[in-house]
Amino acid sequence: MAQLPKAKTGIQGLDELTGGGLPLGRSTLVCGGAGCGKTLLAMEFLVRGATHYGEPGVFMAFEETGQDLTENVASLGFDLAKLVSQRQLALDYVQVNRSELEQSGEYDLEGLFIRLGHAIDSIGAKRVVLDTLETLFSGLPNSAILRAELRRLFRWLKDKGVTTVITGERGSDPEALTRQGLEEYVSDCVIVLDHRVADMVSSRRLRVVKYRGSTHGTNEYPFLISTDGISLLPVTSLSLEHAVSAERIPSGVAGLDAMLGGEGFFRGSSVLVSGTAGTGKSSLAAQFASAACARGQRVLYFAFEESTSQIVRNMASIGLDLVPAVAQGLLKFHASRPTLTGLEMHLSIMLKEIAAFAPDIMVVDPLNSFVAVGNENDVKMMLLRLVDTLKYQQITGLFTSLTAGGASLEQTDIAISSLIDTWLLVRDLENAGERNRGLYVLKSRGMAHSNQIREFALTNQGIVLRDAYLGGGDVLTGSARVIQESKEESLRLRLTQEASHKQAGLAAKQAAVQAQIEAIRAEFAALETVAQIEIDQALAEARRLAQDRAEMAVRRMEAPL
Amino acid sequence: MSSHPGAGHTPAPDPMLLRLFVAGQTTRSLTAVANVQRICAHDLGGRYQLEVIDLYQQPHRAQGEQIIALPALIKRLPPPMRMVIGDMSDTRRVLDILNLPAHTV
Repeated sequence: MAQLPKAKTGIQGLDELTGGGLPLGRSTLVCGGAGCGKTLLAMEFLVRGATHYGEPGVFMAFEETGQDLTENVASLGFDLAKLVSQRQLALDYVQVNRSELEQSGEYDLEGLFIRLGHAIDSIGAKRVVLDTLETLFSGLPNSAILRAELRRLFRWLKDKGVTTVITGERGSDPEALTRQGLEEYVSDCVIVLDHRVADMVSSRRLRVVKYRGSTHGTNEYPFLISTDGISLLPVTSLSLEHAVSAERIPSGVAGLDAMLGGEGFFRGSSVLVSGTAGTGKSSLAAQFASAACARGQRVLYFAFEESTSQIVRNMASIGLDLVPAVAQGLLKFHASRPTLTGLEMHLSIMLKEIAAFAPDIMVVDPLNSFVAVGNENDVKMMLLRLVDTLKYQQITGLFTSLTAGGASLEQTDIAISSLIDTWLLVRDLENAGERNRGLYVLKSRGMAHSNQIREFALTNQGIVLRDAYLGGGDVLTGSARVIQESKEESLRLRLTQEASHKQAGLAAKQAAVQAQIEAIRAEFAALETVAQIEIDQALAEARRLAQDRAEMAVRRMEAPL
Repeated sequence: MSSHPGAGHTPAPDPMLLRLFVAGQTTRSLTAVANVQRICAHDLGGRYQLEVIDLYQQPHRAQGEQIIALPALIKRLPPPMRMVIGDMSDTRRVLDILNLPAHTV
C-alpha cells in the first residue's frame, strides 16, 4: 500500500510520532482546553512550513487579532511581520461581533470562502490554519446554517489541496473533543493537547487520537513550549539501535581506572555513582570532569544542589581547580533548582544545552532532585530519554544519586539500574571509631572489573583510591589501615634483617666449605705427585730389567762355546 | 468599532451610507439586492448612498470589511456601524438595524 502523503510540521518530535507529518492536502483537528498550546502548534506548523519546506501559509484567526498573534508568537522566536512582508505568510483576523450583527433571511459563509480563497491565492499558500472556527457559533446566528456551511468548507479546503489545521476548544462535555463537535467534520487526523497540573507541576501532553490511513504513536507524549517553539520529547526510546564504542574514557582517578579493567569507562556509556550523603559522589564527578577537561574534552555539568561558585570552591579544597577549564570553555556548568521547572522542561533544557554545547561528557548531580518534581515513573521516562540521547551522540553520562540513609545501597530512589552501564557505589565504612569511605564497582557492563572495596580518600590532591586491607575478613580503612600498614612495615623490616643475617651466615659457611675443598684438593695433588714418581720408577726398573736380559743373551752368544 | 447603544433616534442630516456585499449572481444575491433597493427607495426617501459590491469581483474587500457571511448589508453612516446578514427578506429586521420606524412598510 502506498504511503499516505504527508506534510512535515517541522515541530520537533511530532513528525517522528506521526510518521512524517500531517496528512497532505487534508484537514487535521488540533483540540484541547484553554491554554493548551493549540494556537502555537498551529502557528509553528505554518512558520516551519514557510521557512523550512517552502510552503507559504494562511493563518485565519477568529480569536486573536493579527497584532496580538504577532506579539504572542514573537516569544517563540517567530517573526511573523517578516514572513508576511516576504509573502510567506498571510494573517487574517476575522472579527465577528454578535452585538453589531443581525440576521435577515438566509445567509451562507461564501464571504469566508472568498476571503480565505483570496488569501490562499495571493501568496500561493499550501497550508492553512483556522483558529478557532468554533468562535463562529457564538458570533453568527443559526447554527444549522453554520454546520452545513462548515461541512462545505472542509470539502472546499480538500478540493483546494491545502493542508489545514483547524483548532477546536474542549467544552464541558467530557465525551466530546470540541464544543461544537468539529471532530465530526474532520475525519483524517485528530490531535488532542492537554495541559494539566499535578503536584503543583504543570505538564503538557499531546496525543494523536486518530490518523486515518497511517500508523501513529497512540500514547500521550509530553511536550514543551519553549523559546524556539514546541518540542515533543524525542521518542528515541522506541529503538535500541545506537552504535556502541569500545573507546575508553579515563575516570580521572587512577585507582578507579585500575578497577575498571585498567582503562576507565566506555565512551557513550552511562555511569551511576550512588551512595549516602557525604560520601564524595560530587567530588568523584568533579574529578572525572576535571580530568576530561585536562585531556581537552568538553564537559557539560548540570548541578541541581549547589551553585557553580559553590562547586568550584568546594572542589578547590580537594585540589581540583575547575576555573581554567571553565575559562577555556571546556567545562560548562548549568546550575538550577530542580523544582524551578517541570520535568519536561528540565529535559528540554538539557537536550538544548547538549545540542548547543556538544559535550563529550555530561554530568548530572544529582539525579534524585528530580524525584521532588515528578513521580518515579515520569523521572524514569525522562532519564530514559536523556540516556538514549546521550548514547546516540556517544556522550558519556555520569549521574550521581543520593541513597537515603537506611535504604539498601543497591537501591536507588529511581529504578534506573537497567539504564546504567557502570554503577559505582560509595559507602561509609565504620571501623575503630572512624568513618571512612569505600568504593566498589557494583556492575560494569562489557569489561572486567574489580570485585574489591577500595578505600576512597579525599585528599588535597584529589581523590585517591587505596588498596584495601583484608585483616580477619574485614576491610581496614583510616587509622586502622595506617596501624596495619605500620605493623606490616616493622614486620617487613624484621624479616629483611633476618634475611640479610642468614645471607651472611650462608656466605661464611660457603667460604669454609670452599677452603676445605681447596685443602683436600692440595692433599690429593701431593699424593698424586708421589704416586707418579713411584710409577715412573717402577716402569724404569721394568725397562732396565728387560734390557739386562737382552744384554745377557747377547753376551752369551758372543762367548766361545 | 464599539457600538453606542442608545445613540441616534433622530436621523442624521447626512445621507445614510450603505454597502451591500454579495457573491455573484446567485438567487440569494439577487434577492438581497432587490430587497435592499426596495427598502431604500421606500423608506429612505432618496437620502442614502448604496454601494453594491460583488466579492467575486473584488475579493480583497472581504478582509477589510470583516465579511464572513453573505449577503451582508453594512450601515457605515450614521454611527453606530451595523451589519445585517441574509437575503434581507425580513424587512423589519433590516429597518431595525437602520434605526428606521417599521410602520412605514
